[in-house]
Amino acid sequence: MNIVIVGCGRVGARLAIDLVNEGHHVAIVDLKQTAFRRLPERFPGQLIIGTGIDEDVLRSAGIESADAFIAVTDNDNTNIMAAQIAQVLYRIPTVILRIYDPERAEIYRELGLHVICPTTAVATKIEDAIHQAQQAASASTTEQR
Amino acid sequence: MYILVVGGGKVGYYLTKTLVNEGYEVFLIEKNPIKVHIYRERFGAIVMQGDGAEVATLAAAGAGRADVVIAVTGDDEDNLVICQVARERFGVRRTIARVNNPKNEELFRRLGVDVTVSQTNVILSLIEQQIPERPFVHLMALRHADLAIVEIKVAEDSPVINQPIWQIPFPPEVIVTAILRRGEVIIPTGQTIVEPGDELIVVTKQQREAELRELLTHTTA
Repeated sequence: MNIVIVGCGRVGARLAIDLVNEGHHVAIVDLKQTAFRRLPERFPGQLIIGTGIDEDVLRSAGIESADAFIAVTDNDNTNIMAAQIAQVLYRIPTVILRIYDPERAEIYRELGLHVICPTTAVATKIEDAIHQAQQAASASTTEQR
Repeated sequence: MYILVVGGGKVGYYLTKTLVNEGYEVFLIEKNPIKVHIYRERFGAIVMQGDGAEVATLAAAGAGRADVVIAVTGDDEDNLVICQVARERFGVRRTIARVNNPKNEELFRRLGVDVTVSQTNVILSLIEQQIPERPFVHLMALRHADLAIVEIKVAEDSPVINQPIWQIPFPPEVIVTAILRRGEVIIPTGQTIVEPGDELIVVTKQQREAELRELLTHTTA
Protein backbone atom coordinates (compact mmCIF):
# COMPACT_ATOMS: atom_id res chain seq x y z
CA MET A 1 0.00 0.00 0.00
CA ASN A 2 0.97 3.62 -0.49
CA ILE A 3 0.66 5.34 2.87
CA VAL A 4 0.99 9.03 3.67
CA ILE A 5 1.68 9.99 7.30
CA VAL A 6 1.39 13.60 8.47
CA GLY A 7 3.39 14.31 11.63
CA CYS A 8 6.71 12.67 12.49
CA GLY A 9 6.36 12.69 16.25
CA ARG A 10 6.67 9.56 18.38
CA VAL A 11 3.55 7.98 16.93
CA GLY A 12 4.17 9.07 13.34
CA ALA A 13 7.79 7.86 13.35
CA ARG A 14 6.85 4.56 14.99
CA LEU A 15 4.13 3.95 12.40
CA ALA A 16 6.47 4.86 9.55
CA ILE A 17 9.10 2.38 10.75
CA ASP A 18 6.58 -0.44 11.32
CA LEU A 19 4.76 0.09 8.04
CA VAL A 20 7.99 0.21 6.00
CA ASN A 21 9.09 -3.02 7.68
CA GLU A 22 5.81 -4.60 6.63
CA GLY A 23 6.66 -3.73 3.03
CA HIS A 24 4.50 -0.67 2.50
CA HIS A 25 5.57 2.46 0.66
CA VAL A 26 5.55 5.30 3.19
CA ALA A 27 5.79 9.05 2.72
CA ILE A 28 6.01 11.09 5.94
CA VAL A 29 5.42 14.84 6.24
CA ASP A 30 6.58 17.14 9.03
CA LEU A 31 7.08 20.87 9.41
CA LYS A 32 10.49 20.43 11.00
CA GLN A 33 13.50 18.71 9.54
CA THR A 34 14.61 17.81 13.08
CA ALA A 35 11.51 15.63 13.54
CA PHE A 36 12.96 13.14 11.05
CA ARG A 37 15.75 12.38 13.56
CA ARG A 38 13.26 9.97 15.10
CA LEU A 39 13.65 7.79 12.01
CA PRO A 40 16.61 5.44 11.54
CA GLU A 41 19.46 6.35 9.19
CA ARG A 42 18.88 5.22 5.61
CA PHE A 43 15.13 5.09 6.22
CA PRO A 44 13.68 3.89 2.92
CA GLY A 45 10.51 6.01 3.07
CA GLN A 46 10.00 9.43 1.51
CA LEU A 47 10.51 12.49 3.77
CA ILE A 48 8.74 15.76 3.00
CA ILE A 49 9.22 19.00 4.92
CA GLY A 50 6.07 21.10 4.98
CA THR A 51 2.64 21.46 6.49
CA GLY A 52 0.12 18.66 6.09
CA ILE A 53 -2.68 21.11 5.36
CA ASP A 54 -1.13 22.41 2.15
CA GLU A 55 -2.28 20.54 -0.93
CA ASP A 56 1.00 21.18 -2.74
CA VAL A 57 2.91 19.53 0.10
CA LEU A 58 0.47 16.61 0.19
CA ARG A 59 0.76 16.16 -3.55
CA SER A 60 4.53 15.95 -3.32
CA ALA A 61 3.95 13.23 -0.71
CA GLY A 62 1.94 11.36 -3.34
CA ILE A 63 -1.54 11.85 -1.89
CA GLU A 64 -3.09 11.36 -5.33
CA SER A 65 -2.08 7.69 -5.38
CA ALA A 66 -2.30 7.01 -1.63
CA ASP A 67 -4.30 4.05 -0.31
CA ALA A 68 -4.15 5.20 3.30
CA PHE A 69 -3.68 8.56 5.00
CA ILE A 70 -2.75 9.03 8.66
CA ALA A 71 -2.81 12.42 10.45
CA VAL A 72 -0.90 12.32 13.75
CA THR A 73 0.61 15.76 14.34
CA ASP A 74 0.38 17.12 17.90
CA ASN A 75 -2.25 19.64 16.73
CA ASP A 76 -5.85 18.40 16.66
CA ASN A 77 -7.03 21.00 14.18
CA THR A 78 -4.17 20.31 11.77
CA ASN A 79 -5.06 16.61 11.85
CA ILE A 80 -8.73 17.40 11.28
CA MET A 81 -8.06 19.64 8.30
CA ALA A 82 -5.46 17.31 6.75
CA ALA A 83 -7.78 14.31 7.13
CA GLN A 84 -10.67 16.16 5.52
CA ILE A 85 -8.47 17.15 2.57
CA ALA A 86 -7.58 13.46 2.15
CA GLN A 87 -11.13 12.19 2.58
CA VAL A 88 -13.17 14.86 0.79
CA LEU A 89 -10.84 16.16 -1.92
CA TYR A 90 -8.74 13.08 -2.69
CA ARG A 91 -11.20 10.35 -1.63
CA ILE A 92 -8.45 8.26 -0.02
CA PRO A 93 -10.14 4.96 0.97
CA THR A 94 -8.59 4.78 4.45
CA VAL A 95 -8.16 7.99 6.45
CA ILE A 96 -7.26 7.82 10.14
CA LEU A 97 -6.58 10.74 12.43
CA ARG A 98 -5.72 11.45 16.04
CA ILE A 99 -7.74 13.98 18.04
CA TYR A 100 -6.77 14.52 21.69
CA ASP A 101 -9.90 16.51 22.58
CA PRO A 102 -12.71 13.97 23.23
CA GLU A 103 -15.47 16.40 22.27
CA ARG A 104 -13.94 17.26 18.92
CA ALA A 105 -13.23 13.53 18.43
CA GLU A 106 -16.95 12.84 18.82
CA ILE A 107 -17.97 15.61 16.40
CA TYR A 108 -15.69 14.37 13.62
CA ARG A 109 -16.66 10.76 14.19
CA GLU A 110 -20.23 11.85 13.58
CA LEU A 111 -19.03 13.54 10.40
CA GLY A 112 -17.73 10.18 9.17
CA LEU A 113 -14.01 10.32 9.94
CA HIS A 114 -12.08 7.44 11.51
CA VAL A 115 -10.93 9.17 14.70
CA ILE A 116 -8.63 7.79 17.37
CA CYS A 117 -8.83 9.70 20.65
CA PRO A 118 -5.84 8.81 22.87
CA THR A 119 -7.36 10.71 25.79
CA THR A 120 -10.41 8.49 26.14
CA ALA A 121 -8.47 5.38 25.03
CA VAL A 122 -5.84 5.82 27.77
CA ALA A 123 -8.38 6.89 30.41
CA THR A 124 -10.50 3.82 29.63
CA LYS A 125 -7.46 1.52 29.92
CA ILE A 126 -6.51 3.01 33.28
CA GLU A 127 -10.09 2.78 34.52
CA ASP A 128 -10.24 -0.86 33.43
CA ALA A 129 -7.01 -1.56 35.31
CA ILE A 130 -8.42 0.16 38.42
CA HIS A 131 -11.65 -1.83 38.17
CA GLN A 132 -9.70 -5.07 37.86
CA ALA A 133 -7.56 -4.17 40.86
CA GLN A 134 -10.72 -3.33 42.78
CA GLN A 135 -12.30 -6.66 41.88
CA ALA A 136 -9.16 -8.56 42.82
CA ALA A 137 -9.03 -6.74 46.15
CA SER A 138 -12.68 -7.35 46.97
CA ALA A 139 -12.34 -11.00 45.88
CA SER A 140 -9.41 -11.51 48.24
CA THR A 141 -11.27 -9.80 51.12
CA THR A 142 -14.27 -12.08 50.49
CA GLU A 143 -11.94 -15.07 50.53
CA GLN A 144 -10.40 -13.96 53.80
CA ARG A 145 -13.88 -13.80 55.30
CA MET B 1 -28.23 39.83 16.14
CA TYR B 2 -25.58 38.09 18.21
CA ILE B 3 -22.17 37.79 16.55
CA LEU B 4 -19.36 35.68 17.92
CA VAL B 5 -15.85 36.59 16.77
CA VAL B 6 -13.03 34.10 17.35
CA GLY B 7 -9.46 35.35 17.10
CA GLY B 8 -8.32 38.72 18.42
CA GLY B 9 -5.54 39.60 16.02
CA LYS B 10 -5.75 42.83 14.03
CA VAL B 11 -8.66 41.55 11.94
CA GLY B 12 -10.63 40.32 14.97
CA TYR B 13 -9.93 43.46 16.96
CA TYR B 14 -11.09 45.92 14.29
CA LEU B 15 -13.99 43.71 13.34
CA THR B 16 -15.20 43.64 16.95
CA LYS B 17 -14.71 47.37 17.31
CA THR B 18 -16.65 48.13 14.12
CA LEU B 19 -19.48 45.73 14.91
CA VAL B 20 -19.83 47.15 18.45
CA ASN B 21 -19.98 50.69 17.04
CA GLU B 22 -22.67 49.58 14.61
CA GLY B 23 -24.76 48.45 17.54
CA TYR B 24 -24.45 44.68 17.22
CA GLU B 25 -24.20 42.38 20.18
CA VAL B 26 -20.66 41.06 19.81
CA PHE B 27 -18.51 38.66 21.79
CA LEU B 28 -14.79 38.09 21.18
CA ILE B 29 -12.81 34.97 22.06
CA GLU B 30 -9.01 35.27 22.12
CA LYS B 31 -6.38 32.77 23.29
CA ASN B 32 -3.67 35.16 24.46
CA PRO B 33 -4.39 36.37 28.05
CA ILE B 34 -2.32 39.54 27.58
CA LYS B 35 -4.42 40.61 24.59
CA VAL B 36 -7.59 39.69 26.47
CA HIS B 37 -6.51 41.97 29.32
CA ILE B 38 -5.93 44.90 26.95
CA TYR B 39 -9.19 44.32 25.03
CA ARG B 40 -11.20 44.08 28.27
CA GLU B 41 -10.08 47.59 29.14
CA ARG B 42 -11.40 48.80 25.78
CA PHE B 43 -14.48 46.65 25.24
CA GLY B 44 -15.42 45.54 28.76
CA ALA B 45 -16.82 42.11 29.53
CA ILE B 46 -17.50 41.08 25.93
CA VAL B 47 -13.99 39.60 25.62
CA MET B 48 -13.16 36.13 26.89
CA GLN B 49 -9.94 34.16 27.08
CA GLY B 50 -10.13 30.69 25.59
CA ASP B 51 -9.65 28.32 22.67
CA GLY B 52 -12.53 28.91 20.29
CA ALA B 53 -12.20 25.44 18.77
CA GLU B 54 -13.17 23.89 22.10
CA VAL B 55 -16.80 23.02 22.72
CA ALA B 56 -16.65 24.31 26.33
CA THR B 57 -15.31 27.71 25.26
CA LEU B 58 -17.95 28.15 22.58
CA ALA B 59 -20.65 27.08 25.06
CA ALA B 60 -19.45 29.63 27.62
CA ALA B 61 -19.50 32.32 24.94
CA GLY B 62 -23.14 31.52 24.20
CA ALA B 63 -22.59 29.96 20.77
CA GLY B 64 -25.98 28.28 21.12
CA ARG B 65 -27.74 31.58 20.50
CA ALA B 66 -25.21 33.06 18.06
CA ASP B 67 -26.58 34.06 14.67
CA VAL B 68 -23.12 34.23 13.14
CA VAL B 69 -19.72 32.84 14.10
CA ILE B 70 -16.74 34.53 12.46
CA ALA B 71 -13.38 32.73 12.75
CA VAL B 72 -10.50 35.09 12.00
CA THR B 73 -7.44 33.57 13.65
CA GLY B 74 -4.18 33.45 11.73
CA ASP B 75 -4.41 29.68 11.28
CA ASP B 76 -6.65 28.18 8.62
CA GLU B 77 -6.97 24.83 10.40
CA ASP B 78 -8.28 26.60 13.51
CA ASN B 79 -10.75 28.71 11.53
CA LEU B 80 -12.09 25.61 9.79
CA VAL B 81 -12.58 23.65 13.02
CA ILE B 82 -14.16 26.63 14.85
CA CYS B 83 -16.77 26.95 12.08
CA GLN B 84 -17.44 23.22 11.93
CA VAL B 85 -17.78 22.84 15.70
CA ALA B 86 -20.08 25.89 15.84
CA ARG B 87 -22.30 24.40 13.17
CA GLU B 88 -22.29 20.77 14.30
CA ARG B 89 -22.55 21.28 18.07
CA PHE B 90 -24.37 24.58 18.39
CA GLY B 91 -26.42 24.68 15.20
CA VAL B 92 -25.00 28.08 14.23
CA ARG B 93 -26.58 28.80 10.88
CA ARG B 94 -24.00 31.16 9.45
CA THR B 95 -20.27 30.63 9.73
CA ILE B 96 -17.63 32.85 8.21
CA ALA B 97 -13.95 31.90 8.04
CA ARG B 98 -10.90 33.93 7.22
CA VAL B 99 -8.72 31.95 4.84
CA ASN B 100 -5.03 32.72 4.91
CA ASN B 101 -4.04 30.39 2.09
CA PRO B 102 -6.34 31.38 -0.83
CA LYS B 103 -6.31 27.79 -2.08
CA ASN B 104 -8.37 26.80 0.96
CA GLU B 105 -11.46 28.80 -0.02
CA GLU B 106 -12.90 26.02 -2.15
CA LEU B 107 -12.09 23.33 0.44
CA PHE B 108 -13.72 25.29 3.27
CA ARG B 109 -16.90 25.78 1.30
CA ARG B 110 -17.04 22.09 0.50
CA LEU B 111 -16.61 21.37 4.19
CA GLY B 112 -19.64 23.46 5.11
CA VAL B 113 -18.27 26.93 5.89
CA ASP B 114 -20.83 29.42 4.54
CA VAL B 115 -18.57 32.31 3.62
CA THR B 116 -14.82 32.47 3.25
CA VAL B 117 -12.76 35.62 3.13
CA SER B 118 -9.28 35.46 1.71
CA GLN B 119 -7.27 38.63 2.08
CA THR B 120 -5.08 37.54 -0.79
CA ASN B 121 -8.07 37.08 -3.07
CA VAL B 122 -9.73 40.30 -1.89
CA ILE B 123 -6.63 42.29 -2.74
CA LEU B 124 -6.32 40.44 -6.05
CA SER B 125 -9.90 41.26 -6.99
CA LEU B 126 -9.40 44.89 -5.97
CA ILE B 127 -6.46 45.01 -8.33
CA GLU B 128 -8.62 43.41 -11.02
CA GLN B 129 -11.36 45.98 -10.49
CA GLN B 130 -8.85 48.80 -10.84
CA ILE B 131 -7.76 47.57 -14.23
CA PRO B 132 -10.38 48.97 -16.66
CA GLU B 133 -9.46 46.56 -19.45
CA ARG B 134 -10.55 43.60 -17.41
CA PRO B 135 -14.09 42.83 -18.60
CA PHE B 136 -15.04 40.04 -16.21
CA VAL B 137 -14.51 40.24 -12.45
CA HIS B 138 -15.49 37.60 -9.95
CA LEU B 139 -16.85 39.58 -6.99
CA MET B 140 -17.92 36.85 -4.61
CA ALA B 141 -18.63 33.15 -4.45
CA LEU B 142 -21.48 31.88 -2.33
CA ARG B 143 -21.51 28.36 -1.05
CA HIS B 144 -25.16 27.59 -1.59
CA ALA B 145 -25.95 26.13 -4.99
CA ASP B 146 -22.59 27.21 -6.40
CA LEU B 147 -23.70 30.79 -6.86
CA ALA B 148 -21.33 33.57 -7.76
CA ILE B 149 -21.67 37.31 -8.14
CA VAL B 150 -19.72 38.69 -11.08
CA GLU B 151 -19.19 42.11 -12.57
CA ILE B 152 -19.08 42.25 -16.35
CA LYS B 153 -18.18 45.22 -18.51
CA VAL B 154 -20.17 44.85 -21.71
CA ALA B 155 -18.00 45.09 -24.82
CA GLU B 156 -18.55 48.32 -26.80
CA ASP B 157 -19.51 46.43 -29.93
CA SER B 158 -21.25 43.54 -28.24
CA PRO B 159 -24.45 42.32 -29.95
CA VAL B 160 -26.36 42.86 -26.69
CA ILE B 161 -25.85 46.64 -26.80
CA ASN B 162 -29.07 48.65 -27.27
CA GLN B 163 -31.21 45.61 -26.55
CA PRO B 164 -33.68 45.34 -23.69
CA ILE B 165 -32.65 42.72 -21.14
CA TRP B 166 -35.62 40.43 -21.90
CA GLN B 167 -34.44 40.06 -25.51
CA ILE B 168 -30.85 39.19 -24.62
CA PRO B 169 -30.31 35.41 -24.82
CA PHE B 170 -28.86 35.01 -21.32
CA PRO B 171 -28.02 31.44 -20.30
CA PRO B 172 -30.44 29.91 -17.77
CA GLU B 173 -29.72 30.29 -14.02
CA VAL B 174 -28.42 33.82 -14.50
CA ILE B 175 -29.97 37.10 -13.35
CA VAL B 176 -28.85 40.69 -13.87
CA THR B 177 -29.27 42.37 -10.49
CA ALA B 178 -27.79 45.80 -11.13
CA ILE B 179 -26.30 47.95 -13.85
CA LEU B 180 -23.56 50.46 -13.14
CA ARG B 181 -23.86 53.31 -15.64
CA ARG B 182 -21.84 56.53 -15.42
CA GLY B 183 -21.51 56.22 -11.66
CA GLU B 184 -25.22 55.46 -11.14
CA VAL B 185 -26.65 52.18 -9.96
CA ILE B 186 -29.72 51.03 -11.91
CA ILE B 187 -31.86 48.13 -10.75
CA PRO B 188 -32.96 46.79 -14.11
CA THR B 189 -36.26 45.38 -15.33
CA GLY B 190 -36.76 43.34 -18.50
CA GLN B 191 -37.33 46.61 -20.36
CA THR B 192 -34.00 48.18 -19.34
CA ILE B 193 -31.81 48.70 -22.38
CA VAL B 194 -28.12 47.84 -22.14
CA GLU B 195 -25.93 50.76 -23.21
CA PRO B 196 -22.29 50.87 -24.28
CA GLY B 197 -19.98 51.07 -21.26
CA ASP B 198 -22.50 49.44 -18.88
CA GLU B 199 -21.20 47.21 -16.14
CA LEU B 200 -23.59 44.45 -15.17
CA ILE B 201 -23.66 42.90 -11.71
CA VAL B 202 -24.91 39.38 -12.30
CA VAL B 203 -25.82 36.55 -9.96
CA THR B 204 -24.99 33.32 -11.74
CA LYS B 205 -24.55 29.63 -11.20
CA GLN B 206 -20.81 29.08 -11.32
CA GLN B 207 -21.05 26.64 -14.22
CA ARG B 208 -22.76 29.34 -16.32
CA GLU B 209 -19.92 31.83 -15.98
CA ALA B 210 -18.20 30.81 -19.19
CA GLU B 211 -21.38 31.17 -21.31
CA LEU B 212 -22.11 34.50 -19.68
CA ARG B 213 -18.65 35.79 -20.37
CA GLU B 214 -18.88 34.62 -23.97
CA LEU B 215 -22.27 36.33 -24.47
CA LEU B 216 -21.33 39.73 -23.03
CA THR B 217 -17.67 40.22 -23.75
CA HIS B 218 -17.54 38.63 -27.17
CA THR B 219 -17.58 41.18 -29.96
CA THR B 220 -19.50 40.88 -33.23
CA ALA B 221 -16.28 41.10 -35.22
